[in-house]
Amino acid sequence: MTPPVTGSLAVERRTTRRTDVPAARSSPRAAVWLVAAAVLLVLSVSVAVTLGPAHLPVADVWRSVAQHLRLDGPLGLDRLAPLPDGLVWELRLPRVLTAAGVGAGLAVCGVVMQSLTRNPLADPYLLGLSSGASLGAVCVLGLGVALVLPVAAFAGALLALLATLGLAGAAGGLTPSRTVLAGLAVSQLASAGVSFVIFWTSTGDSYQDILSWLLGSVAGATWTSVAVTCGATLVLGSVLAASGSLLDAFTFGDTAAAALGVPVERARKILLVLVAILTGALVSQSGSIGFVGLVLPHAVRLVVGTRNRLLLPLSGLLGASFLVWADTAARTVFAPREIPVGVMTAAVGAPVFAFLLWRGRSRA
Amino acid sequence: MTDDALGPREAPSPGGRPPGGLQAERLRWSAGGRLLVDGVDVTSPPGTVTGLLGPNGSGKTTLLRLLAGVRRPEDGTVRLDGTDLHATSPRARARAVALVEQDATTDLPITVLDAVLLGRIPHRSLLAGPRAADRTAALEALDAAGASALCDREVTTLSGGERQRVHLARALAQQPRLILLDEPTNHLDVRAQLETMTVLRKLAADGVTVVTALHELTMAAHACDHVVLLADGRVVAAGTVEDVLVPEVLEPVYGVRVDVLRHPRTGRPVLAYTES
Repeated sequence: MTPPVTGSLAVERRTTRRTDVPAARSSPRAAVWLVAAAVLLVLSVSVAVTLGPAHLPVADVWRSVAQHLRLDGPLGLDRLAPLPDGLVWELRLPRVLTAAGVGAGLAVCGVVMQSLTRNPLADPYLLGLSSGASLGAVCVLGLGVALVLPVAAFAGALLALLATLGLAGAAGGLTPSRTVLAGLAVSQLASAGVSFVIFWTSTGDSYQDILSWLLGSVAGATWTSVAVTCGATLVLGSVLAASGSLLDAFTFGDTAAAALGVPVERARKILLVLVAILTGALVSQSGSIGFVGLVLPHAVRLVVGTRNRLLLPLSGLLGASFLVWADTAARTVFAPREIPVGVMTAAVGAPVFAFLLWRGRSRA
Repeated sequence: MTDDALGPREAPSPGGRPPGGLQAERLRWSAGGRLLVDGVDVTSPPGTVTGLLGPNGSGKTTLLRLLAGVRRPEDGTVRLDGTDLHATSPRARARAVALVEQDATTDLPITVLDAVLLGRIPHRSLLAGPRAADRTAALEALDAAGASALCDREVTTLSGGERQRVHLARALAQQPRLILLDEPTNHLDVRAQLETMTVLRKLAADGVTVVTALHELTMAAHACDHVVLLADGRVVAAGTVEDVLVPEVLEPVYGVRVDVLRHPRTGRPVLAYTES
């Protein structure tokens, strides 16, 4: 298409003026955001590990890490005493890193679900995936095989997703509020299932177990939890983060995406299954922690806009820091009592949810 | 707006080669057991504007989606410049065909420029972001659609008419050879309606094939070279404005009395309706 002849001078002047400004700015700015968020995450992890009943200097955290990576010799560091070393390496670091992996993964899942369903209220928790994953996980808890847990959680998440979308679709279409209502129904049923299964099978403190599955907890995190959550987030999160332009195409709906050359049904199926796998992996280690997938993407959109290529990785990085601090607050603010991390995320997330409902009030 | 800008144009002669532009044959599509498009043929040469007319529920929107290649017809073929649209890859198709839907909205706080940049998706790598060339194309498209002033606004804050211009700009950013529009003059005041049709005429003058669904028959008479009249998913009549927009054809389809007047300055048909 060539520009129309009349007024072509005006066209040229305007385009040259405008192209330079945003084109020159946007990419370096995106890089700055990502680097800043990564630095924030490293600082958050370092500091969060020092906080707790026994205070540690940040230097000890890195000495412990260096020691276990066998870098203390080459770096000429003194060995850390066994007690602080155990505190860092066996207790706090796995917990903090698991929180980071879960937070990043949930935030990325939220972005993908919001884009694909064009629903600002979509996130793994509100649409029932997390509860479904919890149910899948507790059903196989007694089996005691480590790898079965994430697989069963994935199956639960996928079934819950299909149930929510099916229910909302049968009720007359996937409008935001109808989808959330369907998610609520699925989530309540799956949560009841979690409680039932735990009461039936548990030999220990059933209430404590139920709480940590339904409200989420990373209190018992081990290096296995770190491997599962951070591994899944890095692998699947990277694949999802690479789908940014594809997700952008869904902005104005399925037909618009198809008109932009996206194979809509195939793309949606693949991406939602990846979301279910990631949610399953995360929930199998942390239980269903709510609102991370809702709060982070919306907060980040307010600052950097809607482009998924930046939104996905930035939400992931900031989601990691967010959950690290939510979990740190959960275990320190009311010490020696520890409250479930889901209480903390809900304290931030529920008002955001209310705000989104209020903002979207004109549309059913 | 001058007469000249809206006058009908002769189709470029095929000159022995396969006919260019849009050629759809025997299209059929049904939903829920109801035949919505039933054996429809549409021919639209490059450089012309074809109006798709018909009462509500006559199948205009469904037909546009079939012609755009976003829905695969149960039967029939859609060819653009001789190539079967449903045999090409979705991305290659999206570089040649753009669709402007009716009332496409979003809840996301996307800016107008970003919304128009979506039109560059078929032209760029899905792993890379938009480049300077994409930005230039998007800004040119905004300008051609008369929406440059909206560039930095959020789409959710626009009026219906402004939003329609942004969607038109997004389609232009695809730099298509065929553009399909679903009632692009909806929500627009009379001046904006005329401006929109002028944009479409300019596109046609640049050799683009334009097919647009329209409700307002006088607007079709004003701006289209050819019209296709649909009723219940079938073509009732197709041809020039003078052939189709006549009482004998329109009255049975719409169930109203139609009088054809003449515009005092352009000489084009102006249609007046009364209940029969």
